[in-house]
Amino acid sequence: MITVENLTKRYGGFTAVDDISFQVRPGSVVGFLGPNGAGKSTAMRMMTGLTPATSGRATILGRTYRELHNPGRQVGVMLDASAQHPGRTGREVLRVAAVSVGVGKARVEEVLTLVGLTDKEAGRRVRNYSLGMRQRLGIAAALLGEPQVLVLDEPANGLDPQGIHWMRGLLRRFADGGGTVLLSSHLLHEVQIVADDLVMIGRGRIVAMGSKEELLARGGTTVQSTDDARLTRLLEAAGVPVSRTGSGLVVDGEARVVGEIAARESVVLLELRSGGSEGLEEMFLGLTAATSREGDAA
Amino acid sequence: MSTHTSTGTTHSPAPAVGRGAADAPTATALPGRPGVPFGRTFRAELRKMVDTRAGRWMIIVMAAVAVLVLAGFVIWGPAEDASFRGLLELATLPLAMLLPIIGIMAATAEWSQRTGLVTFVLEPRRGRVVLAKGLAALVLAAVVLAAAVAASAVANLVGGTGEWDLTAAMGGGVLLALLVYVLQGVAFGLLFLNTPVAIVSVLVLPTVWSIATMAVSSLEEAGRWLNLDLVTQPLFAGEMAGRDWAQLATAGAVWVLLPLTVGTYRVLHREVK
Repeated sequence: MITVENLTKRYGGFTAVDDISFQVRPGSVVGFLGPNGAGKSTAMRMMTGLTPATSGRATILGRTYRELHNPGRQVGVMLDASAQHPGRTGREVLRVAAVSVGVGKARVEEVLTLVGLTDKEAGRRVRNYSLGMRQRLGIAAALLGEPQVLVLDEPANGLDPQGIHWMRGLLRRFADGGGTVLLSSHLLHEVQIVADDLVMIGRGRIVAMGSKEELLARGGTTVQSTDDARLTRLLEAAGVPVSRTGSGLVVDGEARVVGEIAARESVVLLELRSGGSEGLEEMFLGLTAATSREGDAA
Repeated sequence: MSTHTSTGTTHSPAPAVGRGAADAPTATALPGRPGVPFGRTFRAELRKMVDTRAGRWMIIVMAAVAVLVLAGFVIWGPAEDASFRGLLELATLPLAMLLPIIGIMAATAEWSQRTGLVTFVLEPRRGRVVLAKGLAALVLAAVVLAAAVAASAVANLVGGTGEWDLTAAMGGGVLLALLVYVLQGVAFGLLFLNTPVAIVSVLVLPTVWSIATMAVSSLEEAGRWLNLDLVTQPLFAGEMAGRDWAQLATAGAVWVLLPLTVGTYRVLHREVK
């Protein structure tokens, strides 16, 4: 469990993280989504004791990070996959961490297998690793101590689509086993695949949070029928706002409402779905733009 | 905004996010004292000094230079000086020069290579990491010196005078001097947290200070008390007298303890990025 309470970080007059509060329960994979510079990394560094908070606090498993006994056994952290000594081999990076965490060499080989780094790759120096391989190594390091909580900053960055789906499976299994996952991303489509729930942050503030479906539904309902003009009139008559797009209608209402009206009036529907990635993308851009304007006006 | 509100705890205003049910058995923290046992931190830090390409090469270069110097001296040097003591003095010269660099690299890598993002997450009590680095550097210096002693002994047997003229005072003095130098490296590394700046400072600043004390007569007396290279000369020679110890203490305080203190403060308070 990760609990963040009124967490704030100011650098001089600049507020990087502005009074954010949320709680991630065991069994969840939560995406921390926001554009570059939104304060995701700063917030994650505060959660892991690397950056002192200006005010507020963050606890993991009920304790502040610095109070945790052998933190590597309880929290798997990857804050920057590129932050590895280039002169060490991948395996050596994990062996050094294993000494500190207090796990054996066998566990190192286990996590290497788990993240799909071959024996040969593990023996290469990190200097020669691709970003995707560094991400896998960073995840291996985070999993080393068999933690209950994962805090991962941009873990899908540099992974190919296959790799992103692999990560989804890995994190979902981790959460299904009672684990808690918080991962950040600045790419909506990426976090949509990996995470089930989202906390959106813009300019240091939380702008929205909830399940992916819930947030998607807020993007409206997309509908397409054999007679869009008639459907538009029917929906407007029912008091449901409608707007036309290139390939159909976007309705500010639940899919169920649209479906019921269409069935009653015998309109043939070709497509009916909640939101869609375009909807969430628009909301993401809209929300972050809104906070930008607020920020500029302030 | 969120589907659930926090019901488990009354003092927590944080809204919950995620599908984990509120009544799910909550995970609890492991019992125990904060952080990691010191022995493990120490072993990890010692390992990190020699497991990188740069660290390994420093050791190889030190060994190679020492061997070359010894071989060269045995072959071409004045035969009567090639006693155990004379050979060890030669072999430790490159060590005094290169050991501080190993200390520097141990201290700066966490910041220049950004491995601190992992190190300080695994042991959030950074003071203990600094302590482990200092001790690891001292242990490494002692091991390297032991190797130099062995090499000098071999050289003495093979091509030296065969005279075993090393006194306990000199042996102890050489060990202490090398420990001071490697700790100075760690201190400068912590102070600057930047490898090239720290290396240049360790090599150049004492020299600049030496030249200043020689050139400016009013600084001459101060130089005698605050010049690490001067005060370690009797230490290497094993001829420490009362005043020499006092001078070693003052120079050590300025060139080792002061940067070590300021550097440790920096590491404890700096934001790890």
